[in-house]
Amino acid sequence: MSDTIIKVDGLSKKYRLGATHGYKTFRESLVNAVKAPFSKSREREEVWALKDVSFEVKRGEVLGIIGRNGAGKSTLLKILSRITEPTSGRVELRGRVGSLLEVGTGFHPELTGKENVYLYGTILGMRSSEISRKYDEIVAFAELERFMETPVKRYSSGMYMRLAFSVAAHLEPEILLVDEVLAVGDAIFQRKCIKKMQEAASCGRTILFVSHNIPAITSFCGRAILFEGGSVSYAGGVEEAVDKYLGAANAAADRGRIGLKERQDRSGSGAVRLTDFYMLDGAGNRIGEIRSGSTVQLAFEYGSADGRPARNVELQIVVSRYSGDRVFQFGTRFAGRSFAEAPARGRIVCRLKRFPLPPERYRLDAYLVSEAVPADYLQNAAFIDVVDGDFYGSGYQVFEKETPFLVDGDVSLEGAP
Amino acid sequence: MRIVITSKHKFTLSELASLWHYRELGSFLVKRDIKVRYKQTALGGLWAIIQPFFTMVVFSLFFGKMAKVPSDGVPYPVFVYAGLLPWTYFSGALTAASESMVGNANLITKVYFPRAIVPAAAVLSGLLDFLVASTVLAGMMLYFHIGLNPLLPLVIPLTGLTVLCAAGAGFWLSALNVEYRDIRYTIPFVIQLWLFSSPVIYPSSIVPARYQWALALNPMAGVLKAFRAAVLGGQALDWRALGISSGVILLLFVSGFLYFRRMERTFADVI
Ligand SMILES: Nc1ncnc2c1ncn2[C@@H]1O[C@H](COP(=O)(O)OP(=O)(O)O)[C@@H](O)[C@H]1O
Repeated sequence: MSDTIIKVDGLSKKYRLGATHGYKTFRESLVNAVKAPFSKSREREEVWALKDVSFEVKRGEVLGIIGRNGAGKSTLLKILSRITEPTSGRVELRGRVGSLLEVGTGFHPELTGKENVYLYGTILGMRSSEISRKYDEIVAFAELERFMETPVKRYSSGMYMRLAFSVAAHLEPEILLVDEVLAVGDAIFQRKCIKKMQEAASCGRTILFVSHNIPAITSFCGRAILFEGGSVSYAGGVEEAVDKYLGAANAAADRGRIGLKERQDRSGSGAVRLTDFYMLDGAGNRIGEIRSGSTVQLAFEYGSADGRPARNVELQIVVSRYSGDRVFQFGTRFAGRSFAEAPARGRIVCRLKRFPLPPERYRLDAYLVSEAVPADYLQNAAFIDVVDGDFYGSGYQVFEKETPFLVDGDVSLEGAP
Repeated sequence: MRIVITSKHKFTLSELASLWHYRELGSFLVKRDIKVRYKQTALGGLWAIIQPFFTMVVFSLFFGKMAKVPSDGVPYPVFVYAGLLPWTYFSGALTAASESMVGNANLITKVYFPRAIVPAAAVLSGLLDFLVASTVLAGMMLYFHIGLNPLLPLVIPLTGLTVLCAAGAGFWLSALNVEYRDIRYTIPFVIQLWLFSSPVIYPSSIVPARYQWALALNPMAGVLKAFRAAVLGGQALDWRALGISSGVILLLFVSGFLYFRRMERTFADVI
């Protein structure tokens, strides 16, 4: 029992949504009070961001927290870091909490790098003596020795994030909350950050790590919990949690074809719906995977709910890396097309020439609009596997998996002009 | 170290201790505000003088010279400046405090610290401008041959009262400003009304003696009156008015702090 450092018990959090939208105004409240002085203020819509969440974390554990957007992950971290209060339930923490919820908060553009290191460090809860002690280390980690007297408004965004992360990384709390920080910076700096966190973990710090970056979660965490709709739907091994997270869509993707029709996790009016997705090669033959550099056709079958022709149909897709980083979007609008009149059942085909992504597994989100109203939205509508296809025609593969793109191009040598 | 987070908590002494624990952050926010202000304006510290000085010149011209507003037997310029000095600080501090929570929204939604630090820092960071602007008062006193008054040290607690008053009203307005976003538009108006109902432009002696207590219900009135008496002399200090105003300030401060604290728990959700 003594080595439990975080104990979360029946934690719930309710948010009130604005009645119409946005903020209350004093005028409105005053008018309401005058009109109906004895009625309670207008009821507002409520959402439960967390519902009866309980779990424990042991000292020195690195816990991954995964879940779709809106599952309540950030809300959990916000409660743990005391930014917001729970509606009910209880949390017990045995140690100083430091959080990296969006690095760089509190940086002021007018102040110099050095001034910002002190300001941000203090905001994160460091004593100024502690910052002074670590100052050189922080600056060296960020590799910004020459820029510390420059106002940060002159920094590039990369420099800015490096400095901010570097300050945060030198915080030494017993419990560290990390939310998606690894989405920032270049690949080399990201790796440096992961290494820094691994060091922290090996020194016995407890880390809660929220990320969509599945590879980072699996390589870094010892255990994971999966959030679904504000509750913990799985807690335990990382592999299992990730499998559950990627869920049914993943399994279906392996068969190369997905029963989009049966999917329940969709939003939109439903006036027109995607019913099937499959991939074709340039000649129109069905394929299960894409070869880099080949022509591919992404086919989406749809049907209208009332069996009548659909009007003004648009399709947009977003392709993301398996880890969640978006790679590109495409669709009717980008191709300069619009389908004013579409049959009740039909097929929309996106033809992509010389597929420019290296071998990896990708996710595909599909978004169907009819008459300017979102009709059907499917996150992870499909998984797309890309295999090596000798994009460059030279037999060379890209060495680094970190480079997400392949480009058309040639290299030549020319004498001085 | 053990932290328990639940939905209910009562005000405890440990909370005051935690405010103390975060004093360094408070002083950093004050320093940040000052640095940024002095870096942003080309005139830097000069701005702190220009604003009350020119207000004094204009007021002296229109109210002193043309409208012949009485000034308790001292030259009107120095009379009005002795009122404008604490008033400029007060109105600036109150405006800054009211905007401070919304202005620091990104901090509030991302990091934990006792929120009261934010408006408090906004109020305190105006003190440097106040000090700078005081030099003009000293200069004017030399120029108009106004001797040092034995009550002069009272200026320090009076400034303290002004700070408390700005903080109290600032707690109210900054919390209201988070909850109701149209409050901000009323703030300049509130401050203007407050100015005209305070003895800045005119001496409090134009109000009949039996209504002096009512004037003192405006907490800045008693303070301004005492400030002038302490700096310029010539007038006996009206302890009764000062007492009433101090009481109102205390009430404003405590109620403001409590209201702020009650709203504090939802700031991060609605800001
Ligand atoms: N300040 C807020 N006001 C109202 N609703 C909110 C607020 N913050 C989050 N929510 C809602 O709470 C739910 C959980 O959100 P969040 O914790 O951000 O999820 P995640 O981090 O897993 O994406 C969502 O439905 C979101 O819309």
